[in-house]
Amino acid sequence: MDVLVCIKRVPLSGGKFTITGDGLDIESAKLGFTISPHEEVAVEEAVRIVEQHGGSVTVLTLGPADAEEQIREQMAIGADRGILIETNGAEWDPQATASAIADAINEDESDFDLVIMGNESADASGYQVGIRVAHKLGRPIVTGVKGITVAADRATFERPVKAGRELYEVPLPAVVTVLDGLNIPRYPSVPGRIRAKKKPIERRSPERPEPKLEKTRLEVPQTEAKQAQVLGNGPEAAAAVVEIFKQIGVI
Amino acid sequence: MVLVLVDHDHGVLDELSLQAVTYGRELAAATGEQLDALVVGADGSGVAGALGEHGVATVHVAAHDGLTDYAPVAAARAASEVAARTGASVVLAAGTPRGNEVMAHLGAITDLPVAADCVSVAPGSPTQVVRARWGGSLIEEANLHGSPALVTLVPHTVAAEPGGSGAGDLAQFTPELADGDLLVIARPAAAEEKAGVSLADAKVIVSGGRGVGSAEGFAPLEELAELLGGTIGCSRVVTGNGWRPHTEQVGQTGTKVAPDLYIACGISGATQHIAGCRNAKTMIVINTDPEAAIMGYADYAVIGDVSKVLPAIIEEAKKAKAG
Repeated sequence: MDVLVCIKRVPLSGGKFTITGDGLDIESAKLGFTISPHEEVAVEEAVRIVEQHGGSVTVLTLGPADAEEQIREQMAIGADRGILIETNGAEWDPQATASAIADAINEDESDFDLVIMGNESADASGYQVGIRVAHKLGRPIVTGVKGITVAADRATFERPVKAGRELYEVPLPAVVTVLDGLNIPRYPSVPGRIRAKKKPIERRSPERPEPKLEKTRLEVPQTEAKQAQVLGNGPEAAAAVVEIFKQIGVI
Repeated sequence: MVLVLVDHDHGVLDELSLQAVTYGRELAAATGEQLDALVVGADGSGVAGALGEHGVATVHVAAHDGLTDYAPVAAARAASEVAARTGASVVLAAGTPRGNEVMAHLGAITDLPVAADCVSVAPGSPTQVVRARWGGSLIEEANLHGSPALVTLVPHTVAAEPGGSGAGDLAQFTPELADGDLLVIARPAAAEEKAGVSLADAKVIVSGGRGVGSAEGFAPLEELAELLGGTIGCSRVVTGNGWRPHTEQVGQTGTKVAPDLYIACGISGATQHIAGCRNAKTMIVINTDPEAAIMGYADYAVIGDVSKVLPAIIEEAKKAKAG
């Protein structure tokens, strides 16, 4: 079972974002980078599937050369090889991203029985790259999944919905997008980190097409910064807290 | 023509789709166009009355033997057929898991761009949209190049309101489905017994973060939640540590909540978490750090250790209930 996981390098957001002078990006000079939470569980799931069924895990990303850091991190978790579709740092829109990913998959030596992605990226949140890739590959896709069972040539996916959950059974090869909470990702081990340094990464650098969803400006939404009223320190604040409970009628 | 993709569950209308219809009516009025809707599945015809009251002129019903359960590709195929036949300029859906999914399939089928999670749409060439990023922590302005403009709307951007002079005429058709369009189809699993109040609908949420310290540390949170008729929430750190199940996670990748009261215990306030609880009517924070980011979203704060403050609050709350 060969599994491909697509990840995206995104800034590690602590408190509030600051926007760059040109109004197009997050000021990230002082920020660390990570991948979206949905993708952390995607890699963990891929490693578990391969532990159970044998095969390999490949991690793919489209991003700047520095995104090698995110690929290596996932190799420390257990991914075997990487594909870096290198950009000059400018954002690619969902259609361009999906085309580049589908091309990389089509031209790869492996057919990838299962392609796993996050349901949406933490930053752009477009909800569409996985679906577009599936259409380009002519493979079925199930999105928003929180349970995966893989058999020889079929997979069953569970999707949480308001009324409970839905089940989807599809033939492999297939594409699936997953949600945080699918599993609890492991931490990389020290030997894992050492092994990760030597694993192979293939680099590609296609041309960036003109965006059809063209970002023109980013801004931090204007919300009134609240000034919290301090009710007190430690246990002696309890009476004041219960007074608030009464005021808003929850007690 | 503005076409709204309306979701329903075996004939029960999705409330968020009515918001999309309301927004679509405003768009149609602004450009002097007709407002139409598409429902997929023959049992969707039952919602035509409600759609007419909300200004829909024609309700296109895609009826097909295979279309009783939710099948996203087939739904998008039907949408593509109606959009082409009617010459739609805008196709709109609610920014729900299903709305975003069907719209993305429509984008892939037609090779058109899709703007998901919009809060504003100005049709034109290009269409200008304003959309949410980072679960609403950032706002993006973007040009959408292509016609029809394919967009989904962030839930609660507008309230659903009846209006307009739509007749809600039914136009049933059988969509031409391609091989494999019904390959992915939902099979409902047996409904699980859910005890207590669901997180999304809870009026009171007592939520814990790293500062709670351990799985056992949630005992006083549970006690307070029960006293207030509420439920437990938590941050991503907590689920990542295995202290609580992911179903209780509030945040960008968890559940987005809007309770009357949100009590944040030992939560620092990362954007991931704030994206899920910013719509709480009242927020009380209990935290040892008066400079924690979450203070900027709180109405009231208690500076102190959760394990010491909560038992005192529980005691006071019991007295108040008894008295």
